[in-house]
Amino acid sequence: MNKSLYDYLILLGDSPLILGHRLSELCGHGPNLETDIALSNIALDLFGQVRNWYQYAAEVHGEGKTEDDIAFLRYEHEYRNVVLTEQPNKDFAWVIARQFYFDAWHFSLLSQLTESRDERISAIAAKSIKEVTYHRRFSSEWVKRLGDGTEESHIRMQNAIAHFAMYKGELFEETNVEKEMFASGTGADFKVLKTQFDSFTNEVLNDAGLEIPQIDWTQRGGKQGVHSEHLGYILTDLQYMQRAYPGMQW
Amino acid sequence: MEIDINRLDLEFQAKIDSGKTIEPKDWMPEKYRKTHIRQISQHAHSEIVGMLPEGNWITRAPSMRRKVTLLAKVQDEGGHGLYLYSACETLGISRDELFEQLHSGKAKYSSIFNYPAVTWADMGAVGWLVDGAAIMNQVMLTRTSFGPYARAMVRICKEESFHQRQGFEIMLSLCNGTAVQKHMAQESLNRWWWPSLMMFGPRDEESTHTEQAIKWKIKLKTNDELRQQFVDQTVPQIELLGLELPDPAIKWNEERGHYDFGAIDWDEFWRVVGGNGPCNRERLSARKEAWEKGAWVREAALAYAEKQESLREAV
Ligand SMILES: [Fe+2]
Ligand SMILES: [Fe+2]
Repeated sequence: MNKSLYDYLILLGDSPLILGHRLSELCGHGPNLETDIALSNIALDLFGQVRNWYQYAAEVHGEGKTEDDIAFLRYEHEYRNVVLTEQPNKDFAWVIARQFYFDAWHFSLLSQLTESRDERISAIAAKSIKEVTYHRRFSSEWVKRLGDGTEESHIRMQNAIAHFAMYKGELFEETNVEKEMFASGTGADFKVLKTQFDSFTNEVLNDAGLEIPQIDWTQRGGKQGVHSEHLGYILTDLQYMQRAYPGMQW
Repeated sequence: MEIDINRLDLEFQAKIDSGKTIEPKDWMPEKYRKTHIRQISQHAHSEIVGMLPEGNWITRAPSMRRKVTLLAKVQDEGGHGLYLYSACETLGISRDELFEQLHSGKAKYSSIFNYPAVTWADMGAVGWLVDGAAIMNQVMLTRTSFGPYARAMVRICKEESFHQRQGFEIMLSLCNGTAVQKHMAQESLNRWWWPSLMMFGPRDEESTHTEQAIKWKIKLKTNDELRQQFVDQTVPQIELLGLELPDPAIKWNEERGHYDFGAIDWDEFWRVVGGNGPCNRERLSARKEAWEKGAWVREAALAYAEKQESLREAV
């Protein structure tokens, strides 16, 4: 099997899987019905993308591997999502800040991948970019709404934006497989990714009347399989059925 | 003046009898308006409280395919809530007031959602039985007299029948699976069977609203008729799944042309309706918590919209 391609697809699928999981925890608990439905929609889109990445990864892997083996039956250190996506739904401002940083990065990543030399990757990216365009609009509109809403919402949004700033650096740390994929015309240019991310997020934060956090360090580890404490609990939920009832069809 | 109201009343009923719908701007008796606010909001509340028992399995669904279909299903229920609240608002009450009634316990929601969803098989049984029972009521309501309610029901029914098929399909996979899975399916059927029968409400002789409801086409069949129809439809499906009947008294009655079934525990029914079911407190507090925690978000959205509005006006 093409190990690099497999690893790359896992990197692409794991972050939306874990973020989708966090969003799906909110289903039925949103601040109003419209937002509840919109967040579930985003989770659904992300899971759809995850399935595309994992199905491709399963084919690349061969030996009868399935999307569900990949989603549910790996050990914690084998998940390669960025630690940003594992962070809990503390309040709605946290949900929005996490989503905002993720979407800005995800959008730029997928736009580049629509040009991937790997046709399957470019096709998945082309389909996903339409969804992520909407996600990015949703989260940045909420950043503005909360940033420029009431005094309370401004403080909460500012705190969340400042808090999650320590997770964004990992988005731009290139692993070996990402370097290799970029070199071969399959992957993305991380310099472009960073530039686009900064200009988009700075513009939205300015519009929202929020301070742009100045930060010169980052939380990291997810892309190497070293996670925050939260992932273990997520996997306990995520893998429960597959672990408790091994080898069954559902 | 007396005579005028009587004449309006007669014309109103004649309109319903002739099969025309009543629209929000039309004149309607106060009792009609109140009854519809009560019924439609109760229905809307059931949709959103109904998101909770199934919602708690989204993160634990056993496969990606099941996860996506379950999340989409629970989201559909939120959408149903939205259509119904909108239909209710046309009667001159705000969504905030409706939520207030839910949270204070003044408004009811379907008691079935006060039962816990404890195994994955419950995602099958709920879709199959609970959505299945709901459809029987709702198909009838597509022909109800109040236009916005009837139209909401047309949209909702399409999705509900999809939910029911999906639920049955989950049960079928379990029944075609290992002994452990089949046991899970049987146990779930046994637990959900009686509460599902209770969904049709009290026996006809104890049901207070039936006559008026039939006149206004809120009901075209009585509770007991619908319950019988549900049993008749579901027993062959249980047999198809290869599960044991959840009630030993179920038996085909040649003379009636219906299945006989055992006695419902009405004490349990009234206890759960009265607030003392397994999850009443949890469900209500989950709704209240979401609403209270969301207050600052809704206030911010409102403040922002007002600012944007005054900016537009300034231009
Ligand atoms: Fe529904
Ligand atoms: Fe449903």
